[in-house]
Amino acid sequence: MPKNSLVNKLEEFKKLAAASGLDLSEELGKVEEKVKAASKTESTWRRVELARHPDRPYSLDYIHRIFDDFTEMHGDRYHGDDAAIVGGIGFLNGRPVTIIANQKGRTLKENMRRNHGMAHPEGYRKALRLAKQAEKFRRPIVTFVDTSGAYPGLEAEERGIGEAIARNLREFSQLKTPIVCVIIGEGGSGGALGICVGDKIYMLENAVYSVISPEGCASILLRDAGKAKDAAVMLRITSSDLLEFKVVNGVIPEPAEGAHTSPDKAAKLIKDVLVRELDDLCTRNPSVLVRYRNQKIRKVGHWNEGEE
Amino acid sequence: MSDTPNPAAQAAATQHGVATQGTAATATGQAPTAAQASAVPAKDPNACPSCSAVHSPADINANLKTCPSCGHHYRMEPMDRIAYLTDPDSFVEFSANLRSLNPIDLAGYEEKLSEAEVKARMKEAVITGTCSIEGRQAILGVMSFNFMGGSMGSVVGEKVARALLKGAAERVPVIMYATSGGARMQEGIFSLMQMAKTSSAAAEMDKAGVPFFVVLCDPTTGGVTASFAMLGDVTIAEPGALIGFAGPRVIEGTIRQTLPEGFQRAEFQLEKGFVDLISPRKEQRALLVRLIDMHKPGCVPESTTTSGTGKEEV
Repeated sequence: MPKNSLVNKLEEFKKLAAASGLDLSEELGKVEEKVKAASKTESTWRRVELARHPDRPYSLDYIHRIFDDFTEMHGDRYHGDDAAIVGGIGFLNGRPVTIIANQKGRTLKENMRRNHGMAHPEGYRKALRLAKQAEKFRRPIVTFVDTSGAYPGLEAEERGIGEAIARNLREFSQLKTPIVCVIIGEGGSGGALGICVGDKIYMLENAVYSVISPEGCASILLRDAGKAKDAAVMLRITSSDLLEFKVVNGVIPEPAEGAHTSPDKAAKLIKDVLVRELDDLCTRNPSVLVRYRNQKIRKVGHWNEGEE
Repeated sequence: MSDTPNPAAQAAATQHGVATQGTAATATGQAPTAAQASAVPAKDPNACPSCSAVHSPADINANLKTCPSCGHHYRMEPMDRIAYLTDPDSFVEFSANLRSLNPIDLAGYEEKLSEAEVKARMKEAVITGTCSIEGRQAILGVMSFNFMGGSMGSVVGEKVARALLKGAAERVPVIMYATSGGARMQEGIFSLMQMAKTSSAAAEMDKAGVPFFVVLCDPTTGGVTASFAMLGDVTIAEPGALIGFAGPRVIEGTIRQTLPEGFQRAEFQLEKGFVDLISPRKEQRALLVRLIDMHKPGCVPESTTTSGTGKEEV
């Protein structure tokens, strides 16, 4: 039931209760529960919509606002250049930084080139090449995550999309240079994780991060693709959920109505976090950093130990 | 040919890459009675899905769950694999009692786990232990597709990671038999994180210089393919196994075309360069023994300098 009609019903009940002197607290409680659930669904879905908003700033919108002299580097050196992932070097307050990011397109033409931000294996292999280069020159790495997922297509499979992501997960866990990841929009499953292993993981307030899209989860678990909103709540994919789960280190607030209403302000907020984190991380011994990063990765999950 | 009776469920299980529901197809070749060889072959429940030859379940079991006529590989449960691969009584399970919690408070997840335990006769979708194989020490992990589609949640991720870390610490080769529909979406983001965890553990094997062998079984898809299953020093596949990231149905939905025959099968992955070799089940024990011997430290002396070797600084 939509929230508004529930709220109306609740008011009706309250009036009825007052007028008749009947004890309707049980019924009122039930309706109130429903109102609460409905507003939870509404606010969660609003975030999914904001994360996918066509005007939402994409990685390059932030990169050009945050870094000076961003110089894009292309190609994986094996197969080609995947425009769904961009990478290069820029200065963050004078400090050289390697930047790796999912990139969606703004126009139909750009989206064809960037495949709607859904990368092929060569995108992940380019990311790894640039990350290794960063390590070689002792540059920190910043990644921006914004993809609905890796591309589930024929050629992606032929060229080993699974292997490309797996290799990134292993290699990024070991890179002896600081890595800060920011989920700026959609954190879609393995395709997002492929460039989201690092020392610090941040999320924009209205970004989402999930093992499966709400639509996919709805069609499989709820057996109804129309129940995506319910699935979104079920999966716990909002920034507040992930902060509570300690999967992300922090949430970066967005301008009142979402990042798209003021990209400059949003970029400034991201930049402040990056500067602060890199000021700290760049003073640490890289070997200690790697050890700590892996300890953190290996702790994630919930289980009962039982008796051996 | 696939030996799953429900390809749609299997495809759905790997929708969007890494997640699975875990109710997908069960193994065939477990029909209840033997002695039906004279029945109509086309409809015989014991007919091989590849060659339609009819053999009794007992004969198929005695042939390591492969068709005696054409060699078609049926799915095989972990206990049967352990019995075949390891020296008698040598397998000692570890991390045996790890149990999943319900990290995203998903309604019905506990019940689903209990059902899976009964159905698969496993406590989780992977069993790990130490063993010997023709006298060689090894750590062996075997996954079950019958347990929620072999999906990887916190416990599967943790058990696989522990097996790899134990192998690295004790310098014992690790063998993982993978079969999975992907990450276990019932655990939400925590299932995705198991991909990072198992891959990070695989890195320790690299650093320790201890071999990690993976055997890809039918099917291996989603988040397991995109993590530890693709990180072995040697990647072996069972004949005909479906191996991929996205499931076939999802890909067909993307490209709006029917996939070519044999797409994502073991033979395809061999041709594309993602597996080292395809090994029929009855040769696997001998192959693993040979690989363990071949991966003993070679004749080249250990490097003593630490600069530029990528070794951990002291």
